[in-house]
Formats: sequence, structure tokens, C-alpha cells
Amino acid sequence: MKKTYKIEVDCANCANKMEDAARKTAGVQAAVVNFMTQKMTVEFGEGQESKAVMQEVLKACKKVEPDCEIFM
Amino acid sequence: MQEIVIDVLLAAVILTAAVFRFVIGARADSGMTKKQKRMLERILVASGVLLVLQLIPAELFVRLDQFLFPSAGRWLRFALYLADYFLIGYDILRKAVKGILNRQVFDENFLMAVATVGAMALAVYENGDYLEAIAVMLFYQIGEWFQSYAVGKSRRNISDLMDIRPDYANIERCGALEQVDPDEVEIGTVIVVQPGEKVPIDGVIVEGSSSLNTSALTGESLPREAAAGDEIISGCINMTGVLKIRTTKEFGESTVSKILDLVENASSRKSRSEDFISKFAKIYTPAVCYSALALAVLPPLVRLLALGLAADWGTWIYRALTFLVISCPCALVISIPLSFFAGIGGASQEGILVKGSNFLESLAQTKVVVFDKTGTLTQGVFEVNGIHHSHLEDEELIEYAALAESASSHPISKSLQRAYGKTPDRSRVSDVREISGRGILATVDGVEVAAGNDKLMEQLNISCIPCHHAGTIIHMAINGSYAGHIVISDVVKPHSQKAVAALREAGVERTVMLTGDGKKVAQQVAAELQIDTVYSELLPGDKVSKVEELLAQKTGKAKLAFVGDGINDAPVLSRADIGIAMGAMGSDAAIEAADIVLMDDDPMKIAKAIKISRKCLGIVYQNIVMALGVKAACLILGAVGIANMYLAIFADVGVMVLAVLNAIRCLFVKKL
Repeated sequence: MKKTYKIEVDCANCANKMEDAARKTAGVQAAVVNFMTQKMTVEFGEGQESKAVMQEVLKACKKVEPDCEIFM
Repeated sequence: MQEIVIDVLLAAVILTAAVFRFVIGARADSGMTKKQKRMLERILVASGVLLVLQLIPAELFVRLDQFLFPSAGRWLRFALYLADYFLIGYDILRKAVKGILNRQVFDENFLMAVATVGAMALAVYENGDYLEAIAVMLFYQIGEWFQSYAVGKSRRNISDLMDIRPDYANIERCGALEQVDPDEVEIGTVIVVQPGEKVPIDGVIVEGSSSLNTSALTGESLPREAAAGDEIISGCINMTGVLKIRTTKEFGESTVSKILDLVENASSRKSRSEDFISKFAKIYTPAVCYSALALAVLPPLVRLLALGLAADWGTWIYRALTFLVISCPCALVISIPLSFFAGIGGASQEGILVKGSNFLESLAQTKVVVFDKTGTLTQGVFEVNGIHHSHLEDEELIEYAALAESASSHPISKSLQRAYGKTPDRSRVSDVREISGRGILATVDGVEVAAGNDKLMEQLNISCIPCHHAGTIIHMAINGSYAGHIVISDVVKPHSQKAVAALREAGVERTVMLTGDGKKVAQQVAAELQIDTVYSELLPGDKVSKVEELLAQKTGKAKLAFVGDGINDAPVLSRADIGIAMGAMGSDAAIEAADIVLMDDDPMKIAKAIKISRKCLGIVYQNIVMALGVKAACLILGAVGIANMYLAIFADVGVMVLAVLNAIRCLFVKKL
């Protein structure tokens, strides 16, 4: 399952870091952060509850970039 | 001297920040976020305070000592500067601490925090120049602010350019128009599009006629006429008349949604340059941090132990801090995706949809272009292309041919009817005999007409003149004597020849044409268009193997692009390095299979796409070289002690601003 979320992040390097953090989160199969359109596309693993996983993704992203926001 | 320069700069910053905050920021369309406005206020206040502190003479603080306890002035001065430092830099310090707690040590916040805290500490120690630490932080924040504003603004500008998203659809209910969300319109609903509105959903016109502006879709500025019965695609702008359209698709399946989806996701497919930079940034920041540490520790130790000199810790720590300031990788990291984004945006305005930054990148290395003939270089429509050896007027001969063939529904007969231009009057024709595989005998206006191939002429014992042109030849005999022949063939598109020449000019080394047609036709078209290699009489499957053969032949980084019309060539499109589908308005299969979609069928756009990608790549390389070059130079100057922290911060912010401005040039591709 693939879902796209609107995000808010100020710098391109931070977007890269968010992408990295999201990819490493359990339950995430693939993640792409598009800084230009301010969107994050997450592909969830089989049988994963997207909402719970996204909470973890948000937590991981906040860790690498305290200023970021993901709108769910 | 330096002090005066900084004071003037501060005054300039205050003025600019005030203008931005209260003049530009007050406009509703400024696009400034709340965060940016707040930051601007902080910059304004902090630089104001700093300027005032700079203007208070140091003796004032010294004199304070006499009234209070000794060195009270010194502490007060420190406290005031420190307050200002926190005002401008508290968020950076907070982020740096958070980063350390989260084991994400090496980021630009950390660099700035260490550099400025270090500079502050040195200043306390020497009771001297607090200005430097605060100014560095201030200018860093200004740089960050500018970056976020400029990037946000250009991001929105580009998105606006690509904005063909219709906001509503009009439905007539009880005699009144009602605006509804296009998502809610079901297939088969009749929607009303008024002049000046965008067509929201694909459909068929049931009532009304108008000219349509398709420039948002194709980049073509000439309006297109549409009338009842015509199919209409979403994203066009209705210019003159009211149209009633019966929808044939849902909004989500309509052309406009597909295109938007494609363009918006395009920059998610990252190019190799982007990958390179994000990998580079990951190594670069820690590397600089460790070098800074080495610079702070090693030279003093060497001086102390090996050379027996004074360690001079202060100087070397300062140099190390300068090192840190220079090292922020932001200019690089921001400018490259921005360049690609702008390039994709500019291209889409020209009716060239690029599905990803990676395709834009490889397009620049295209050395071989393979064309499908029919529908790409030629119209794919059979037309009367010449009349030779006729004793009659051309129109008269065509009239005879059209009338004689008027009963037939063969494509050849249709193209004759088209060339005739009028509806044939069947009452003038009698006694029609069709001779299978040869042609037609008929009596037109009492005159005996024979129209057919050379075999027919042979059968009638009429000597005919063979034609050296490729195509289908229709020999005509009137009253038993030869009257010339009509050549019917697929017509080369008006721009094809120029397009091939433009490709060569754009650096394409080899052009190849693949076709299922006969050898003679293929070679004639190739000669006319000056195409290097032709492969004819190919079955659809052969095209894939020919492309594979060509892929194996090319060397090194050269890329092969295949251009087709999206019909029957999806496998070839996906096999080539870059698949370009043209004339794709409304063709889902082509949009799906290709990497680059040309919205109209003008072959000139291929060369244009290559030029756009060259320009974009050029700008990307300029930015990489400029940013890395300036940084390297500053690092060296900083290490040997020539560059101070001011130079470092200006180099950092300056390069970033230049890189962003340069990246925006990618958007301007109209004149390429």
C-alpha cells in the first residue's frame, strides 16, 4: 500500500534526512520525500497499519529534524 | 574599518528586513509563512540591538566599574551581547543540542552552534569582539531565511505555472448553473464550460462551438477549433463560446489529472546528480568536523612539542571555527533538486512532460535517436502527394478519379475524396466495375474512366509511364488513352526535416528510422529527411530487437532515445534508454509507457527537450562546481588563516543565493 502525505520541511538536506529516517522505520518498505512538492510518499509493508507506522515515522523524522511536520 | 563595514551592513539588513516584513510580507500574495515572518522579526530586532550595542562606546562600560563593583561593565556588556546572541540563535542552539541527544551530531546546526559558541568564548576570554559570533549567527539566519523564502517562492511559482487543475465543474440544474467538485461528476453528466474557464473533465461536445487554448497542455499557442460532436480533453481553456460537454471519464481518469499526477511525481525520481549530492553531504559534514578538530589540536601540539614554539591555541581554534562555518552543504543540496524541478516545470510549459529528474538527466546524453516512421516523422494519413504526366488540369483528373472511386470505401478512395474536397455527385457516375486487385472502370459524365494500377493498364492495353516516386500509384486512362497518374503516399510532417537537422545541431550523432513499410518508401523518406540509417519491412517484434542491437552498438555513456507515437510501440518505448511518445493527447497507453511525453505531434519538440535537458544539466554542473570550488577555496584560506569568519559566512550564504538564482534559470526555456 502506498500513501502520500503533505509535509513541511525547510531545507533540502533536512528532507533527505527525513527520507532516510522514514526508510529505516519498521513497517516501511520504501519512502520518498519530495522537497519540491513538499510531499512524502510511503510504501507500507504487507499487513502494516499505516496510521501506527506513520506515528513512528513522524517520531523518527522529528528526531533528525525537529522542525519538520507531517500532516496526516 | 571592518567594524564600520559591519555597522553599515547591519543598517542595510535592518532596512531590508523591515521592507520584507512590513511591505512585502503584508501583501496577501507574498507567500511568506508565519514562521518566516517571525524569523524576519527576530532578525530585525537582533540586528537593531546589535547595531545599538556597537554604537555605545566601550568606555561607557568601563566607567560603570567605578559606580558598581570592579569589572561590572565587562559583565554587563557580555550579558547584553549574550542576550542578543540568544535572541538570534536560540533555535539553532536548541536544534544542535537535540541533534546531539538524538545522536545526529553532524549537521549544520551543530556546526553553527560550535562555531559561534566558540567565538563567544574566545571573546569573553579576551573581553573583545562579541560582534563576530553574533554577526555570524545573524548572517547565517539571514541566509537560511532567504533560502527558505526563495525556494518556497520558486516552488510555488513553478507549481502555479503547471497549475492546470480545474477547481470546479458547472452543472445545469433547474435552469441555473451550479459549481460542483469535479471529483463528484459522474460519467455521462452534461457539464457547461463558459468562456474563460478550464475544461475540467474529458468528454464529447454536445452543444456549442468555440476555440480552445491548449497551450497549458501542448505549449502550442494557436487556438484549436472545436464544435459539437468533437472530443474534448480536460485542461484546455475555453476561449469564445459556451460549450456543453457530456463527460466520458471520471475526473481522476481525465487527461488533466493524469498529467498533474505525472508532473508532480516527476521530481520524486531522483537523478544521479541528486543521489551523488545527498551521498556527498552525508560524508562531507563529518569530514569537515573532524578536519576542524584536527586543525584546532594538531598544529598547536606540533608547535609546542616539535618546534618548541608557543602553542597559540586561540588562533588555531579560531581557524577551526571558521572551517566549520564554511562547511554547510546547503547550497549544493538545495540547488540541484531545484534546478531539475525548474527544468521539468519549464519543459511542461512547452508541452514536454518529463516523468523524472533521471530522464531529464539522461536525455542530455542522447547520442542516438531512433524514430518510428509512421505517425512520428510522417502524418500517418494517406494523401494525394503528386499528379504526374497529366494532360488535363490536376483538379479535373482528381475529379474523375474521385467520382470513379466514389462507391468504394477503400482508404485510397478516401484520400482521393479528400483531395477532391467536394461531395461527389453519384448521379454523374454509372456503370462502375471493380476489378479486384487492379482498379475501377466507370463511366463519368459519359466519359469512360479507368483508374487503377499498372496491371489494369496492361489489361486495357494502354501503355503507362511508371512512376519513380514511392507510394501507391493510380494510373488514369480516359476514353482509352493514358491521362497520367496520381501518387498517394503518407505525407512527411512539415517540421520533420528541420527537426532532424535540429537534433544533429543539438549533438545527436546518429539518427535511425524503423518502419514496417516497404524499402522504397522508407529510403525515400530517409533521404528526404537526411536520416543516417533505415531499417524497413520490420514487424513490431523486429523493432524491439533492432533497438536492442543499436543499444549494444553504442559506447560509453551515450544514451539511445526512441521516438514513437505510442501506438503499438510500447515495448520499444520501455526498452530504449529513453522512450519518447508523441502526439499523446488523450492516449493513456503512451503516457503510461513513455519516459517523456510530447503532448502534440511536432517532431521539433524532441530537439527542444534535449536542449532543455542540456541547459538544466549545465546549470546543475555549474552549481556543483561553483559551490564546491568556493567552499574548497574558503577552507584552504581559512586553514592558513587568511579568511576570517565573516568571509566564511558570506561565502556560505552568497554561494547559496547564487546557486538558487542560477537554478531558477532552468525555468526559462521558451527560446531554446
